Amino acid sequence: MAATVTTESSSTATFDRRSWMGGIEPMKASYGKLMMWFFLISDTFTFSALLVTYGLIRFSFPAYDPAIYGAFKFSNEYWPTPDKVYNALPFLHGLDAPLIFVGIMTFILIFSSVTMVLAVEAGHRMDRADVEKYMLWTIVGGIAFLGCQAWEWSHFIHGTEQGTIIKEIIGGQTVSRTIFGASLVENQYGPPAFADLFFFITGFHGTHVLSGVVLNILIFYRTSFGLYDTRGNYEMVEKVGLYWHFVDLVWVFVFTFFYLV
Amino acid sequence: MAKHQHNNTAVVSHEPSSQVKTIWKVFFILLGITVFEFIIAFVLQPSYLKTSIFVGLTIVKAAYIVGEFMHLKHEAKSLFWAILLPVIFVVWLLLALMLEGGHIFTDRL
Repeated sequence: MAATVTTESSSTATFDRRSWMGGIEPMKASYGKLMMWFFLISDTFTFSALLVTYGLIRFSFPAYDPAIYGAFKFSNEYWPTPDKVYNALPFLHGLDAPLIFVGIMTFILIFSSVTMVLAVEAGHRMDRADVEKYMLWTIVGGIAFLGCQAWEWSHFIHGTEQGTIIKEIIGGQTVSRTIFGASLVENQYGPPAFADLFFFITGFHGTHVLSGVVLNILIFYRTSFGLYDTRGNYEMVEKVGLYWHFVDLVWVFVFTFFYLV
Repeated sequence: MAKHQHNNTAVVSHEPSSQVKTIWKVFFILLGITVFEFIIAFVLQPSYLKTSIFVGLTIVKAAYIVGEFMHLKHEAKSLFWAILLPVIFVVWLLLALMLEGGHIFTDRL
């Protein structure tokens, strides 16, 4: 690890007073950027906690196996295959389009990450018009993603047309009942834990996207009023950019562990 | 520190720098990997191989986002490791508790 607290002029033999007077950046990053990184690592722990919980619960349930259960149908006896659950598209009711919608969402988020990094690059050049343009595209991407997620949640909550018949033991007797969609206590697609994890993980991520959009709007507003030109640097764009890329990064993991595996 | 010293003297440039090329390259790599993941999702039957391919590709995507978009690859080594080391321990926790989940499954039978 190369960068410890030493300045070029100091020799190792003498005590270097300047190193202890403040103003030294051992990590070669400004205070604000460093704190953003440390916030992000703590946020990583929070998301990891959710994903670790998902891993534990997922492996404590049987996986769907055609040799044991026959053709796939929703049942709370086993964990469902994701492409059977997430197979709907808005305006195309009844069409079986596995994972297409979540693919579109992934594309939107990756693309908004690209426009964000282009805004950061424009900030390095002090090009206000370009920063405004790319920030606006990033905001549009974020709002589009949130809209998609709202639709996805609504579809998940309302369920399929046929619903799923579940058997319950009430007062010593087995009663059959059809349930539609999912809530925190009932789930037509599989075990209730599956819906709980879906709501918590995508919900927590969606909250992050929402705060990201609010921050982006704030930065766009301040850019267009020339605050960063007066200040002489566009570092705020970089810091919020770090947050926005983190949100994209979390989605990469959610996409793999929730939708693909 | 250097950032604070060139207050109001920074030059405005309307020409995109050479960075832009790298940004788009990374975008197409990320897009390509995601498309490839989609193909794998429908072509292969569920197996350990399929899961490992997904996890491997996810790590590659994460490396590009953190390394290039978040610029971590070009930061000081101490910052780089301050971020990466804790994450390695998180992976350990994830693997340990996934195994634990498997044991809960066998005990339930």
